[in-house]
Amino acid sequence: MSETLAFTRTPSVAVTPTHYCPGCQHGVAHRMVAEYLDAEKLAEKTIMVTSIGCSVFLYNYLRFDSVEAPHGRAPATATGVKRVSPDKVVFTYQGDGDLASIGMAEIMHAANRGERITVVFVNNTVYGMTGGQMAPTTLVGQKTTTSPAGRCASTEGSPFRMAEIVAGLGGVAFSARVALNNVKHLAQARKAIRRAFEVQLAGQGMGFVELLATCPTNWKMTPVQANEHIEAAIIPTFPLGVFKDIAKNAGAC
Amino acid sequence: MSADGRIFVKGNEAVSMGAIDAGLKGYFGYPITPQNEIPEFMSLHLPKAGGAFVQAESEMAAINMVLGAAATGARAMTSSSSPGVSLMQESFSYMAASETPCVVVNMMRGGPGLGDINTAQGDYFQATRGGGHGDYRTPVLAPSTCQEAYDLTREAFDIAFRFRTPVMILGDAILGQMKEPITRGEPRPADPAESADWGLSGAKGREQRVFRSLFLAEGLLTAVNQRLRAKFEAMSSLTRCESFMTDDAELVVVSFGSIARIVKSSIRKLRARGLKVGLLRPITLFPFPSEAIADLARQGKRLLTIEHNMGQMLDDVRLAVCGIADSAFHGTLSGTIPTPDEYEAAIEAALTGGSK
Repeated sequence: MSETLAFTRTPSVAVTPTHYCPGCQHGVAHRMVAEYLDAEKLAEKTIMVTSIGCSVFLYNYLRFDSVEAPHGRAPATATGVKRVSPDKVVFTYQGDGDLASIGMAEIMHAANRGERITVVFVNNTVYGMTGGQMAPTTLVGQKTTTSPAGRCASTEGSPFRMAEIVAGLGGVAFSARVALNNVKHLAQARKAIRRAFEVQLAGQGMGFVELLATCPTNWKMTPVQANEHIEAAIIPTFPLGVFKDIAKNAGAC
Repeated sequence: MSADGRIFVKGNEAVSMGAIDAGLKGYFGYPITPQNEIPEFMSLHLPKAGGAFVQAESEMAAINMVLGAAATGARAMTSSSSPGVSLMQESFSYMAASETPCVVVNMMRGGPGLGDINTAQGDYFQATRGGGHGDYRTPVLAPSTCQEAYDLTREAFDIAFRFRTPVMILGDAILGQMKEPITRGEPRPADPAESADWGLSGAKGREQRVFRSLFLAEGLLTAVNQRLRAKFEAMSSLTRCESFMTDDAELVVVSFGSIARIVKSSIRKLRARGLKVGLLRPITLFPFPSEAIADLARQGKRLLTIEHNMGQMLDDVRLAVCGIADSAFHGTLSGTIPTPDEYEAAIEAALTGGSK
């Protein structure tokens, strides 16, 4: 009796256990990026720029050539890679503390210059690796180890909506926010990741995709509760959608 | 250009030409006085030579663009001046650790802090001690003339690739802003094989390559640091210095960079008066020419260290002659430009009055 293979391994994903916590969606995000690059046969010309935070070991899980950038500087490092190797596919993979806090200047300027890179931005509203401190994306009222009474907008500011901010910059060809919490959203995420690479490959500008993801450990929730939390609490603050797509913006250069 | 091929250029332009003639593929920088001629030159000439120029949004962005470009195996560089170089220190540490070759130019200005835009040598400690966090060293070359600025910048890329390390060119506002005739060499064609066994190019038909500096497993970082230490020790083969009228000298001045040229003028004047003084000019500040200086001390010559700071290289001179002799010191503070007369008086005082 023959068996039907329902799942094939993604070749660019290494066969190794990850260090991520149960219910963390970094693994899902990794695989979706790798699936796209493998499907398009781009793996052999891809250079990824890894960053700081829970995803710092990305190069252990994805088998692309890689350079590890200091905290927040991945868009600058990716700029250097792409400018001297314009024929390569270049992407950064950054968390919210990395991209929206210490690295805010680098992402703004790389986006504004229209660097032909793809930015995969994983937003779980918290500093994960360092133990659950407040991030620039922490929700108002959200308790973290450095906002123990809940983030207060009048003293700690409001969450940065990066996908919308980046979409407003001239060099960006595609910017979208998707979520990794259910099957329907995963399909949207897959599509957005594809577009974020397509605009790079077409030389149209930066492709930016924000992935709303769980952090069950620091949210102090079960994985199921964390998925529900994305739907109930995070999406209302961070609406899903495509905020810019050059194919649909006539007149953009 | 003159009939003999010499051209009259600023030190900053000489550095730029040296880099382009060395096969530079990427320049990334942020304007700061007194080295703005470098990004200006690069913006005009590097694209014509087939390289990439980006004016970064900050020194931090600039040095990390260098990191990315250099990791692909391309010859990449940045330049800045003191406060800007301070902003880059984090990435020097990362590049030393991940063994990423590049060239960084520091045309020093007065400090600490924002200081002034005039000349100084106050960044010697920062340049020669690593500057960033952790336990590492990078080669530091200190040109004294525009021709040397051209030659050493060119050579700095070869050293960077030989040892897979950042290399610093340490000049100052005098060198950057002075104009002298130089002769350019033949441009070096890009060598595709240069980074063939380590540069990032996409993992086609091979295992992935990773430039990293995080090593968490027990003992892993120790092993990396042992390998790096062996490399830093091997860099001693780069040691270089210039000896000027030291053979019969009773007192030898140790001085580097453009300040050493002012010292040379003073020494010529003192020699004309029959005083036996000479100059030892370190060209490599790391590795430091400790042996050459110790030899002078063993011969019974007295030493005077002259710097445009409060005494930084003095520490290295004293380490070189530890147990044999000591060095007197004369420093000119940031914010004041030294003169040959000042140094002439200081050298004569050290010669006739002994150690201060």
